[in-house]
Amino acid sequence: MLELFHDYGAYWMCFLILTIGLYGMLVKKNYIKKVIGMTIFQAAIILFFIIAGYKEFATVPVRDPGLSTENVDAYINPLPHALMLTAIVVGVATVGVALSLLIRVYARYGTLDEDALEDKMQ
Amino acid sequence: MIAQHLPILVVLTFFAGALLMPLAGLLHRRAPWMVAVCTCFTATLAAVYALLHVAAEGTVRYAMGGWRPPIGIELVADPLSTFVAVVLGLLSLIVMVHSREPVEREIEGEPITYYASAMLLLGGLSGIVMTGDLFNLYVFLEISSLASYALLGCGSARASVSAFRYLMLGTLGASFYLIGVGFMFVDTGSLNMADVTAIFAETGLTPLTTLAVIFILVGMGIKMALLPLHQWLPDAYTYAPATSTALIAPIGTKVAAYVLIRLLYEVFPAEAIRHLHLLDVIAALGAVGIIWGSVMALPQKNIKRMLAYSSVAQIGYIALGIGLGTTYGFIGAILHILNHACMKGCLFMVTANLEARGKGIRIDGLTAELRREMPVTAACFTIAAISMIGLPPTAGFFSKWYLLLGSYEEGRWIYIAVILISSLLNAVYFFRIIERMYLGGGEEAPAQAPSPRGTALLIGPVLALGLSLIALGVGNLLIVNYFILPMLPFAP
Repeated sequence: MLELFHDYGAYWMCFLILTIGLYGMLVKKNYIKKVIGMTIFQAAIILFFIIAGYKEFATVPVRDPGLSTENVDAYINPLPHALMLTAIVVGVATVGVALSLLIRVYARYGTLDEDALEDKMQ
Repeated sequence: MIAQHLPILVVLTFFAGALLMPLAGLLHRRAPWMVAVCTCFTATLAAVYALLHVAAEGTVRYAMGGWRPPIGIELVADPLSTFVAVVLGLLSLIVMVHSREPVEREIEGEPITYYASAMLLLGGLSGIVMTGDLFNLYVFLEISSLASYALLGCGSARASVSAFRYLMLGTLGASFYLIGVGFMFVDTGSLNMADVTAIFAETGLTPLTTLAVIFILVGMGIKMALLPLHQWLPDAYTYAPATSTALIAPIGTKVAAYVLIRLLYEVFPAEAIRHLHLLDVIAALGAVGIIWGSVMALPQKNIKRMLAYSSVAQIGYIALGIGLGTTYGFIGAILHILNHACMKGCLFMVTANLEARGKGIRIDGLTAELRREMPVTAACFTIAAISMIGLPPTAGFFSKWYLLLGSYEEGRWIYIAVILISSLLNAVYFFRIIERMYLGGGEEAPAQAPSPRGTALLIGPVLALGLSLIALGVGNLLIVNYFILPMLPFAP
């Protein structure tokens, strides 16, 4: 059981961050805090992919003349990194759209608290 | 020559349209609208050509940038993807033609950004349909989602609130999908759908596969508004500008249903689906969604809100068809994707026409005056409503009929009861409106009803969809034989 925690420590950490983000998104009443929760949530997913691509004692995925290209274990898997670059861009765009929606909401209702907003919209 | 590039053509046309939009805006105030219509027309032509080409010559696979799959991204035009692309193209064309007056009235400022977002949405959706790569699907999913948040959130500030709530849930859904793809990548080492299928056939089921399947299904369930995950839909559709709803309601959720079909029948290992009873779960959720959506539509006072709840119910029909997992169920689900797109497009454009004439969209505000002032719109609403209820010879009857056959074949009597009860509920909530329009009292309309400019553009598309519902109903056997049977993922 202890090995499960020891060998997969990074994944547990990632899971913890994921849960914190999810908590912020679903439970917090303030919309800005929800956006912060969303950012944390997306960061956790990015970490998850990066951890999945990691190999112990391996180097960066740039061709090294000193290492043979036959031995792929000497290099970290670059694909998750490439994927996560795209995911980071997507995350930034999402935050941008979310904040611009919130600017409109705040200009009209003067609050970003869910309960207060619910009262004003009635 | 052009045939080998077909899979990318539809997607690129929409993105090119989005890029042209700012230039068009410089020329003339109405140029963005024209560019949007032309883009949708070109994309529809490409999609129809792809559909016919694939039906004649077989699947076309396209390696992006010349990188061979599984290293590179692959786009696939097969009978299923081209069929959904044609539905998407035609619907978008009709809605875009209709959109000139509603957009000018409802959207403040220049229409450039609105139409550019609409093109990005359509490009994203057609990309989801065409792609053969799991991560590429996520990217297209986010492109279309971001555009749809913008489209649903412009207009009133109330719309921004519901669009923000949708953004939270939608991002959650897309992120869950991404986690699922991550697990699948760790499990198989590939992201290409065909490659993943082949690897699963060799390795069989691992605990990681189960995790991946569950995460992906929950994510797609949110995007599709499958029952317990549908909360975002009614508000988002009710407060959005008319054109946004008319564009997103018919095709947005359907594309998520398409992804579900693609992954369930082609990518996920059959063992995992059997082991988790996935098909039964999806069918059951669909059935509950059908009843719940119909019951919630009953007391609504706002037509748009009523139609939004009815969308939840209609998604249930598609899920039920997917979950039956038989030939009839599959035909019913695919046919309902087409039929429901036409019905909901027609109904939401009718609400846009009501708003354009300065009528409210509250049900108790409707009078018989409406029928005299807007005879064609009222007639189209009635045809679409009859189709929603499912009376022959309209299109809605036939997709329900295939679903009934599928349920009967499997001996699932409860689903037959669900479909019949929901049809009755549909009849109740649509006849509330039809009764007011045709039998309700009201003074004679003034002889010279002031007609707003561009009336033909408002009525024409609605009429086209209204008539198509009858044509689709009469011609359903042709569609099933020529287009739906070749895409069956299992032997009939």
